[in-house]
Amino acid sequence: MVQRLKEVDVVVIGVGMVGSIVAKELAAAGYKVVGLERGQTRFTVPEFQSPAIHDELRFDIRKALMQDNTREPVTFRNQGSQVALPVRRWESFLPGTGLGGSMVHWNGQTYRFQANDFQLATRTRERYGKNFLDADLTIQDWGVTYDDLEPYYDRFEYLLGTSGKAGNIKGQIQPGGDPHESPRSRDYPTPPQKEHYSGAMFRKAASSLGYHPFPQPSSNLSQPYTNPEGMKLNACVFCGFCERYACEHYAKSVPQTVILPVLLANPNFELRTGCQVQRINLDSTKKHATGVTYIDAVGREFEQPASLVITSMFAINNVRMLLLSGIGTPYDPATGQGVVGRNYAYQTMSTVASFFDEDVHINPFMASGASGTLINDFAGDNFDHAGLGFIGGAFIGAVNTNGRPIEYHPVPPGTPNWGKGWKQAVVKHYNHTVMFSLHGSSAAQRQNYLDLDPTYRDAWGQPLLRMTFDFPQNDIKMAAHVTAKAVEIGKAMGAKQVAGSPRKGPYTVTQYQTTHNTGGSVMGDNPKTSVVNRYLQSWDVPNVFVIGASNYPQNASWNPTGTLGALTYWAIDALKNKYLKNPGRLVSA
Amino acid sequence: MAKVTRRSFVTTVGAASVVPAAALLTATAAAPADAATAAKTPSDAASGKLVYLFFNADEVLFIEAACERLIPADELGPGALGAAVPNYLDKQLGGAWGAGERLYRSGPWQSGTPSQGYQLPFTPAELFHTCLRAISRDLEAHKTPFHEMSADNQDAYLKSLESGAHDLDGVPSGIFFGMLLGMCVEGFFSDPVYGGNRDMVAWRMIGFPGAYADYFEAIDHHGVKFVREPMSLAEDGKGHIHVRQDIPANL
Repeated sequence: MVQRLKEVDVVVIGVGMVGSIVAKELAAAGYKVVGLERGQTRFTVPEFQSPAIHDELRFDIRKALMQDNTREPVTFRNQGSQVALPVRRWESFLPGTGLGGSMVHWNGQTYRFQANDFQLATRTRERYGKNFLDADLTIQDWGVTYDDLEPYYDRFEYLLGTSGKAGNIKGQIQPGGDPHESPRSRDYPTPPQKEHYSGAMFRKAASSLGYHPFPQPSSNLSQPYTNPEGMKLNACVFCGFCERYACEHYAKSVPQTVILPVLLANPNFELRTGCQVQRINLDSTKKHATGVTYIDAVGREFEQPASLVITSMFAINNVRMLLLSGIGTPYDPATGQGVVGRNYAYQTMSTVASFFDEDVHINPFMASGASGTLINDFAGDNFDHAGLGFIGGAFIGAVNTNGRPIEYHPVPPGTPNWGKGWKQAVVKHYNHTVMFSLHGSSAAQRQNYLDLDPTYRDAWGQPLLRMTFDFPQNDIKMAAHVTAKAVEIGKAMGAKQVAGSPRKGPYTVTQYQTTHNTGGSVMGDNPKTSVVNRYLQSWDVPNVFVIGASNYPQNASWNPTGTLGALTYWAIDALKNKYLKNPGRLVSA
Repeated sequence: MAKVTRRSFVTTVGAASVVPAAALLTATAAAPADAATAAKTPSDAASGKLVYLFFNADEVLFIEAACERLIPADELGPGALGAAVPNYLDKQLGGAWGAGERLYRSGPWQSGTPSQGYQLPFTPAELFHTCLRAISRDLEAHKTPFHEMSADNQDAYLKSLESGAHDLDGVPSGIFFGMLLGMCVEGFFSDPVYGGNRDMVAWRMIGFPGAYADYFEAIDHHGVKFVREPMSLAEDGKGHIHVRQDIPANL
């Protein structure tokens, strides 16, 4: 019944950006690599073509590029005292699927975390004292530093061709960039994208208040670029169909445009699509993986033996795979024991709407996913939190990514939800509103975690992942604080009316916020509070590596993708230069 | 460029297809004196006879009148009827979406908290038929069908649905109302390939260019009044929009 296949060196579970990079590097180093992807192949031609791709209903509302939620959703509850119920339609977060994964349809916003983020527990204690944090928070250090990762951030940005302006090169502050950023070794590979009208307005207003605006780093490229893999990308034309859409222009940095053709050309790599991995198989000691079991699109079950297994799926799916495979002790919030599923976090999003007269034409439909103008003055620990009662912060920016009208039709507070008043307000404000994005950090707390649901199953009969999450009070306070600051910027822009919408609890899965789900397979120095060591190797099963935002102990003020790319190259170095030369534990427990 | 010819062609067609607001208002329950005769049959699209495949004749009367209250015609332009929003609902509910595309449908079922979202076993098609039947029975008790009410009374009834004041055979009416309103907004603003937003009237009203893709030069002109006829992804070289009912919610 189960067909046992010929052993290979490496199985990579999930062929998104992380899986593509890992597979490419290991195949190029001479290893036989099998990549198992649940979804199908898709390429710029023919799948990402215009005009069919410019369909807001299909891709924004119906979520056509997202993971099939009819076969494998998650269950959700705010509190452990509630019963978790299936997320029957994706709304709050939208897991991707298919060859190239969710980076096929990301917005291209590409950031580094700051040095402080990687040692958040230590530095918060040093700066604000031992008793500053709320008792329920489980903030941790990462086990790696920014300096460890800097060369890998650089490598990932040059793979993508990210367009931006450095703010700090080797300690020298660069005018026009972000002065708060941690030092980088060189500038971005391509210059910033053109600035949108809303960004120009924001920049003037923020500067007038003494803040430090800078162009949003964008992996929708400002100009043609050839990356170190020899892949060529074009300049983005601001079509306004970025996030949730695949780019027809070869201008968005996605696996298909930056690395996949190189990977697929290497005979050491074999791609198998339509393959749903059921579990990583362990030997009788439970400390060694023998390979994986998967079911293909026709329903046949296979066992693929391998010396090394790498899970590079979307973050929450990585955690589920560990739980289904019995790798690591599942976290129990009642006792605080266990690690798998611990420190799940998200992103704390707020908005500010600034309304202008009808002779001010914002033209929101002219946009890339990352052509905003931002300040980091209220992000991370870039401001003094003494007396404020919270840690963390948000980047604030005029981040105009689209004007797609089913979802984007801003109206002032007090506008009716329907009828003549609604319609009049929509027409009056559609092209005359600037929306700010306030992209806030997400602290980990002991009550927020992932585990397996006791009731609901996927189409293969396996328990669904259960998510227990609500915003920590810390983050609600943070959101209120940064929103008030952002409202002042809106007023300084000369808007007629400025309305702030700070994030308030409870967290709901019914409204899109971000797909920045982090944690659950946390990295660290201590096996009692982490699932993987600093090289992303499982403490429990040394021939399993877990690469994803699931490794983050908590989430910072910026989109997670840039840091994930850095961690990927960091782990690959450890695999090639340490592990594969001498398999075993890279860090003693 | 050939587009000059197409632009004027589309403009002309657009103007002819936009039913003047006054004509629409008299065709619906906004003018009760006419409603008894005018509203008995489903209205036809100005550019061709509209055929409803999902809604029966009674449901059409409610849906057309309700949608027109949610997005009414006014001096700014057409409302739901002029934009063929009921047609959009009809085709979506009668197709894969109505049958439960992209909906996890396994039990067991519990009502849950507001944070947990939709938890009913109904597909959208089942939900609409169930709720429309219940509304119809509810209004029989009032002795006035919805489409014959005054606009104010229609609005009051819709608000009572919105507030959850009614139990529609087990469905909290706020859930039905939310789905109805959401689909109206979709039908108004989606690409006309789906059968709503007829002749892109809604896009013209707000100034959204549609499936047009290239703003590399235009983005430098901060604050420019961008005047360009909107375009549909389903437009052929002559500007005719080919409606399709079968676009799947996957790639």
